[in-house]
Parts: sequence; C-alpha cells; structure tokens
Amino acid sequence: MSHNLSDFVAQSVQTLPEALRLLAEPADPSLGPWRPLAGGTDLMVTLAAGTLPAGRYVDIWPLDELRGITVTDQAIELGALTTYTEIRQHAQLMTEFPLLGLAAKETGAIAIQNRGTIGGNIANASPAADTPPALLAYDAELELTSLSGVRTVAYSQFHSGYKQMDRRPGELITKVRLRRPPSDAPGRTVHYYRKVGTRAAQAISKVCLAAFARIDGARLLNIRLGLGSVAPTPLRCTRTESVLLSGPLDEALIRRAEATLAYECSPIDDVRSTSAYRRRVTLNLLRELLQQCRSDRRE
Amino acid sequence: MKQPHELREASVIGTSPPRKEGVAKVTGKAVYIDDLPVAGALYGVTVRSRVARGHLRGITYHPGVPWEDFHVVTAADIPGENTIALLEKDQPCLADQRINHPEEAVVLLAHPDRELCERARRLCELHIEPLPTVFDLDESLDGEVRVWGDDNILKQFSIDKGNVAEALATAPIIVEGDYATGAQEQLYIEPQGMVALASPKHGITVWGSLQCPYYVHKALATLFGFPKERVRIIQCETGGGFGGKEEYPSMLAAHAALLAWKARRPVKMIYDRHEDMLATTKRHPSRTRIRSGHDESGKLLALDIDFRLDGGAYMTLSPVVLSRGGLHASGPYHCDHVRIRARAAATNHPPHGAFRGFGAPQSVFAIERHLDKVAAQLGIDGAELRRRNFLAPGQTMATGQVVRDEIDLPELLDRALTMSDYARKRTEFARLNAESASRGTPIRKGIGLASFMHGAGFTGSGERYLASVVAVDATPQGTVRIRASSTEIGQGKDTVFTQIAQDVLGLPSHMIEVVRPDTAEVPDSGPTVASRTVMVVGKLVQSACQELRRKLSEGGLLGESYTPTEFASACDIFHQLGGVLRVESQYQQPTGIEWDDKTYKGDAYATYAWAVYVAEVTVDLTTYETRVDRFWALQDAGKIIHPVMAAGQIEGGVAQGIGFALYEKVVWKEGRMQNAQMTNYIMPTSLDVPDILVEFDDRATRLGTPAAHGPRGAKGIGELPLDGSAPAVASAVQHATGVLCGAVPMTPEDLMQALEAAR
Ligand SMILES: Cc1cc2nc3c(=O)[nH]c(=O)nc-3n(C[C@H](O)[C@H](O)[C@H](O)COP(=O)(O)OP(=O)(O)OC[C@H]3O[C@@H](n4cnc5c(N)ncnc54)[C@H](O)[C@@H]3O)c2cc1C
Repeated sequence: MSHNLSDFVAQSVQTLPEALRLLAEPADPSLGPWRPLAGGTDLMVTLAAGTLPAGRYVDIWPLDELRGITVTDQAIELGALTTYTEIRQHAQLMTEFPLLGLAAKETGAIAIQNRGTIGGNIANASPAADTPPALLAYDAELELTSLSGVRTVAYSQFHSGYKQMDRRPGELITKVRLRRPPSDAPGRTVHYYRKVGTRAAQAISKVCLAAFARIDGARLLNIRLGLGSVAPTPLRCTRTESVLLSGPLDEALIRRAEATLAYECSPIDDVRSTSAYRRRVTLNLLRELLQQCRSDRRE
Repeated sequence: MKQPHELREASVIGTSPPRKEGVAKVTGKAVYIDDLPVAGALYGVTVRSRVARGHLRGITYHPGVPWEDFHVVTAADIPGENTIALLEKDQPCLADQRINHPEEAVVLLAHPDRELCERARRLCELHIEPLPTVFDLDESLDGEVRVWGDDNILKQFSIDKGNVAEALATAPIIVEGDYATGAQEQLYIEPQGMVALASPKHGITVWGSLQCPYYVHKALATLFGFPKERVRIIQCETGGGFGGKEEYPSMLAAHAALLAWKARRPVKMIYDRHEDMLATTKRHPSRTRIRSGHDESGKLLALDIDFRLDGGAYMTLSPVVLSRGGLHASGPYHCDHVRIRARAAATNHPPHGAFRGFGAPQSVFAIERHLDKVAAQLGIDGAELRRRNFLAPGQTMATGQVVRDEIDLPELLDRALTMSDYARKRTEFARLNAESASRGTPIRKGIGLASFMHGAGFTGSGERYLASVVAVDATPQGTVRIRASSTEIGQGKDTVFTQIAQDVLGLPSHMIEVVRPDTAEVPDSGPTVASRTVMVVGKLVQSACQELRRKLSEGGLLGESYTPTEFASACDIFHQLGGVLRVESQYQQPTGIEWDDKTYKGDAYATYAWAVYVAEVTVDLTTYETRVDRFWALQDAGKIIHPVMAAGQIEGGVAQGIGFALYEKVVWKEGRMQNAQMTNYIMPTSLDVPDILVEFDDRATRLGTPAAHGPRGAKGIGELPLDGSAPAVASAVQHATGVLCGAVPMTPEDLMQALEAAR
C-alpha cells in the first residue's frame, strides 16, 4: 500500500450536466481540476501503485445516459460507459464490427470486462490498449461533450503523443460512433485482429494489429491498419495502407508494405518486450493478414 | 478383539480423504496474518537503501509528518547482535554503515495510521555514498570488485570421481555447452507478514506467515540476546511458501519485533506484493558449463561440470542450495569420471534463497539440455541416449554413493514414452515441421523429455545435525495430538500427518489433532522444506504413534485390536492413574549412511525419487510463442500417502516449472527488480497451462520391498516438477525449432533472437 486516501476527493454525479459542471470548474490550487472516474480499472491500479495524482475525481459510473449501444441506419453508437461485457453481448455489433468483440474478449478477465469501459480505455490513452487498434481499423468517431457543446473528432486524429489527446478541458468522451458500411460495398471483407500479449490471458499487449480490408480479386480496394504497443500512441498506419492500395497484392507489394511499416512504427524496449521483437512480430502479423486477404480471394 | 481385522488392514495410507485443513480455508475461516485482530497495533514500514552498494553517511527525517508520534528504529536500537542468524552472521538485520544491495532495510517506522507510515517512509532520506558494484556472477568470480569476504565466494566445493582430465583426453567425442537459468519469484498467494508483541516482562511473541518457526526463533533470540524461552513464534495460516518463507520471515519478524520492543505496543508489518517481490528472496540464477566425453554410441566417458550460482549480497542459504545443485548436476546417469566444480558468488542483488528444488532445477536443467545437445550432435534420439547412460542399482553416483534404491530407469522411461506416444510423435512432428517449413507456414510442433532424480530430505549430514523431534500426546478423551514444527503451507501437512497417525493407531481422523506450530507448544522438528515433512518428520510421527500405542498396551490397557471407544477409555484410565501420556521420537540416522562434508563423498541423500517428464509444444513462428500442449509427469517417489494431493502438487509444480521455462523473467537494473508487479512479471495462467497427466510408480512396493526411510516407503515429491519441467519443455522447443534452448526463461523474444542467430 503506497497511497494516502486522504489526498483524494471523489464525488458521484447523477446527471450528465452535473458532471460537466464539475469538470468545467477551474482547477483548485492544491487539488487540481476534476477528473473523470469511470470503471476505475485503470485508475485504481495507479492508486494502489502510488502513482495516481492526488486530486478530485468525478465518479461518472451512475450516468446511464452514457451507457448502452444504439443502432441507426448509418451507425452503431456506443455510450462511453459501455463495458466489454456489453460489447461482447451485442449480437449485431459482433457481426458488423467483430474486431471490437475480439478486442473485448481478450481484455483482462471477466471482472475487468464487467467494469472496464470503452471510454476509459480510450481516455487512458495507453499505447498498449486493445480496443484502439480495432477503432482505428473501423475509422471510428468520438463524440466529446462539455458545457459549451458537443464536438465530433475522428478517432485517428485523437491521440497526438504519449498520453496526449484532443480532449479539451471540461470535456467528457460521451460516445464512440462506428459508421456502418453500405451493404452494397464492392469486394470481400476481411476483419483481422491479433493481440500478442505476454501470456494467453490477463496480459498487456506487446503488439496488437487490427485491420479492416476490402479485396477484389488481386487488389485491395480499401484497407485500414490499427497497431497497438509499437508507438507512443495507438497507430493508424496510413503510409503502409497507401502502399498496399497502389497495386496488385503480390509478393513485391507485400515486401514494400513491410518495409514501409517497419519505418512507420517506432517500438521501444521496456520491461515487457524488446523493440526488435515488436518490429519483427508487427511485420509477421502484417504478412499473416495479407496472406489471409490473398487466400480469401477464392470466391 | 472387537475391531474387525479387515478395518485395520485397509490402511488410510494411499487413499485420499478430504483435506483436514481444507474446510477452514475454503469457507474463509482460516486466519491469515493480516486477518489477525490485534488491539492497539501499530503499522510498521521499512525504509530501504535503494542504492546497490555504498556507505551510509546519514539519515534525514524531512518535515511533513508528525515525527514525534512515530517510533523509529535503526541499527542502534538492536539489543543483541545486529544479524539474521542462519548459517553465517554476515547479514545485518538493519544496515548500519555498509549497504550491500538496493533493498537493504535501514530504518523502521511505526505509527497507528498506515497511510501516515507511507508518507513518512517517503520523507525519510538516506545519504549513501556509492561504492563499486557487481551484478554479474562471473564478474563477481573474477573478483575485480570485492563485495563479500576476500574473494566474493560464498561457498565452493568440488566432487571428484575417477580421472576426468585423462578420460576427456582419450574420449573420441567431446561435447561442450553453456547453460543458464534465471531468477524466479516464488509468488505465493499471500505476501509476507508478521505481528509482534514485545516487552521486558513477556519477552517476544511473533505470529506470522512462515515455513520454519525455529529458524525465526533462533534469529530473534540472537537479535535480542534472549534465552530461548523468552522468544515464542506462532505460525498463522500461511498462503504458500515454495521456499520463499524459509529464511526471509526471520528478517521481517525481526523488524516487527524491534519496532514492538521500542514502541512497547504490538506492531503489524504486512508487505504488499510490490515490496514482497522487490525485497524477498528468489531462486538463484545459475550458469553451468559442461564438457563431456563420449564414445560413438553416446556412452558417457567423462563429465566435467562447472556450476555457478549468484547468491546475492549475503550468504543466507546459498551454501546448501549450492550443495544440492552440485549433487544433482550429473543427473541419473552413470559415468566413471566426473568432476563437478560448484561455486556460489556474491553480488549486489538482494540475497537469493530457497525456492522449491533448491539448486537442483538449475543443475538438472543444464545436464538435461546438454544431453539433448549431445544427442543432436551424435544423431541419436534423446530418449535413447539417456537409456544408454542410466544409473542402475549397484552402480555409483558422482559422490561414490552406491545406488541402493529399487529402480529400473529404462522401464520408467519406456512407460513415459508409451504414455506420451513419444516415438510416433517424434517422427510425425519432424515430418510436419519439414512440410510447414517448405510451405512457409508458421506452426511447428515438438516433443521432448527430461529424466532426473531428486534427493529426499536434507542434504548430507543435515538431518543428523538437525536431530528433529516429534511429540505425540493423548488427552483423557482419547484425542491424539501431534506436535511438530512442520508447517501447513498449502501442501496438506495436517492431512498426511493424520493419515500416518491413523495408520498406526487405527483411529478415525477426528480423534487426531495436529497442533498448530507454536514454539511454546511443539518441539523442533526442523524446517518445512526439502520434502522432508512426509519422509523424515512423517516417519517420526509414525514412530511416536507406535510408541504411544506401546505405552498403552504395555500397561495392559489396550489389546491387539481395539475400538476408538476402547482407545479413549484406555487413555482415560492412564491419566487417572497419574501417567503422562506423552511420547517423543527423535531422528536417528539410519545405519549404513555415510557422508563426508569435507570431501563431498558418500551418501548425499538416504534415498531419491526418480522421474521422466515429457512435454509436447507448439511454437508459432509468427509470434515466437511457445504453447505447452500436453504434459506427462511420471515419477517413482515411493509410497504415495495421499494420491489426490500428491497429484495436485505435481500439477501445480509443472505449472510453476512452465513459468520457469517460458514466462517468468526478473528484469534487473542496478540490482533492483524492474517488473515487481504481477502485470509485468508473467506467471502462467490456467490458459497457459496444458492438461497434465500425472502418474506415480512405486516399484519398491510393487516388488514387496517398500523404501526404508519414510513411513510405509514414502519419499519426497514436492521438488520433482521444478526439476523436470523446464528441461522437458526446452527439449520439445528444440525438437520444434532446432534451437538448442540452453537458457531459461525462453521468452518469445529470446526464441526470436536465437532463431535469427541460427539463420
Ligand atoms: C487486471 C486488469 C487487466 C486489464 N487488461 C486490459 C487489457 O487486456 N487490455 C486493455 O486495453 N486494458 C486492460 N486493462 C485496463 C483497463 O481495464 C481498460 O483500459 C479499461 O477500459 C479502462 O476503463 P475504466 O472505465 O475502468 O477507466 P477508468 O480507470 O475509470 O479511467 C481511465 C482513464 O480514463 C479517463 N476517463 C474515463 N472515462 C472517461 C470519459 N468518458 N471521458 C474522458 N475521460 C475518461 C479517466 O479520467 C482516467 O484517466 C486492464 C486492467 C486491469 C486492472
């Protein structure tokens, strides 16, 4: 035990405006600004480790308006407090956006899945988080809300540096929006997700690749690559994507894509893995994905 | 005469009654140290050096907490000797002038408010002038920077048989290899904790999570300069130990007791997981170099082994760990010319210590990997190579010990090979792997094995020096109480002791009570280590119960056979007649056992358990991850007292061995563990552990001559899975990938590196 509970203030709120009002309060000279507390599965770990900054926390867990999954003609929307368990139990989400379900399934263990939220996973901004690669592969949008209104941000533009993000003071992430592709979109669809953790379960990612692709014959029509744990932020690999869209998916193109991806990612050595391993495995996963795209060609 | 004869024949030994200690544990009634309600207790915390080596120049207590309300203890407050007495007195209880590792305790703080203690710990600054450090064990042996004694050597010895130099010079084939194993954390479920009461009037009483009450007792008596009877140690329910609660509890108990002594109030010290992982002992990292000479058939002609351990900053138990490691270094193989040079070197890591297997997992790993290297070099199958070199009864081991165990290792091997379908899989996987390689697909399969033995009980003359005692008494109501200092640490000691007593006395389980270890209540039956609880202490329980029965029947109170009620009334009458119904049994070294501590010659262990383990793995070359798919653990450990618990021990141990082989890596930086959290120190979960098939053989009993040393022919089982799992897994990885896998843990990162180096 290395924290002092007396250094912390936590307050539960019942309505969104109430939460937004607290978040809009100016920073207290000694306690700082109010910060959101959702499922607490990231915050409580840092509390126990003694690294959670002392200060004031708004418990947003009671806000039912931030909970639940809604399907419209254009999109599937997840409230920021949607848990991994809720994601896994939503049949339509699992069919249309299976990568999110795969990410949820490989997150923590049951207890964490019951309590951890998608909003918390995003806002915690860990480069090793497991839903961001899937959100990048689906080009998700975030809805951010503050007293001054609602704003939409493309998720691929949200993270700007290690633990840096496009979240203004007083803003809460309120929704994650996944645009449903038109049902007549051309080509075959490939959804690919592979988390390489330190063990089979209860593991932090060493590398995680999520991809969404459309392929027609020998050509990729569309591809989006989301990578975890190989850069200071979850990484959308646009350069590699451009290479892959530039010609038929043959060995030469795969090689060029590998070379580009090796350059586009910037993994580091840490207690969990090595830079060399992360880079090598990233390329191996890309190859596995592309082989899957190619073998899916037989229609 | 009323007791039906058959009942007595149907012994409880070899059956699996419900665990005696189980109900309290699963219903949450068992009281662990942090559950112990202590009125008016203070919390204690430790200020540690954080610098690996240096001179302590001063201590500053920065403002920010009401220091006047704290009880502060430093080395100056120690009433007796500032040492944790074990083999040597080199380790201080609180560092005084010299700092030798980064987790050295320097200041102890106590206060009723746990959070304030934490704040105070951060406000206590140590001024340490750094000195040169050594973290690499071979650099330590080079001796350029001296961190311990004259030469950094905590202990060294050699075992010599025949003439190795000559045999190596003439052997047609020489194979050389280097092998290494890493530190490993015990990861018992319950972190360490103690509660201490101390006063001039009552002396010292400590409750705690611990394996060896009398080790703690000795350490505290020395620290306080007290006679034995003024120190009392009581074991609380203990959430696992695996060796990790063998020596370190003496340190924590000493700290709690010093604070309690100074404060004149009870003090509770409980480590959190982080501090526990940082400060307490781990398995000794090892390096082994082997040169062996062979003829073309693979027969061992000479074996030259250089075995080195990193002992950390102080001696603790390193000499004994080194002994066991050295004594297992040549494996269950026969060779006429053997030299084993063993050294334990000091470094500026926190002291390494006891961990299930105690040096043998390190040396067994090396010899087993070496044999696979030899097999690959000679183009012989690893199983066949082992068969050609197995020890047989009548042959001598490296120490000259004549094998007297009833063993037939080729038969044991055959059984393991059949169980695992080894021969077919060996060929089949090789074919599949070649196919996958040519198609460029990433999956590889492998099957591999290890054969090994483990000496039961203490090494050499250890048991003779210990001279353990067990007492048994009976109440007027006929309840038989077993008094031993052996601790229940999850392994089911209370249950097996009850079975052993029942076997002698023919009483139902509820009439046998196993007394909680408390040095005021139980004699010193030695530490709970080395699988000596069943074999050595269990034997004393057996003989004490026999003695008790003799006492009652000699007085004519008990017949040849009797009912529980008759037993109870016999006890009652004995008490009424003023008799003392208490007997003691003390260890006697069996005749014919000779051991020389100086030359390392003779009978290193009274008997051994023998085993063959087989592992089947899948390696995915996309991620370099190894998955253990199936595991077969076959052992001859003599009579198995409780088959369900014994199988449980093997399964748990195999999981721990898989951790040692593939996952558990301590990341060091300047002597400190960098990944001291369970998030980043990766132990396998149930999803990483395969189906484990456990089988026991007891050849001696099968042939009508049960092993002599333990009750009903029992030996030890606890360490086997730590000895054999890592080399079996590594052997399978070699089969799958062609990489020798001479160092564990073999993480995906390491395997990738090895594969790239081999390209
Ligand atoms: C044992 C264990 C295993 C885990 N395994 C995984 C894993 O496999 N993969 C993985 O990715 N993660 C894992 N995690 C991390 C964690 O569970 C997830 O990141 C989870 O989604 C966090 O959500 P939360 O609601 O609990 O966040 P909290 O802890 O409540 O908050 C996290 C951060 O987000 C901020 N925040 C929360 N909600 C909002 C919001 N709506 N708007 C703005 N800011 C907000 C908080 O202020 C805080 O900074 C694990 C954690 C544990 C303890």
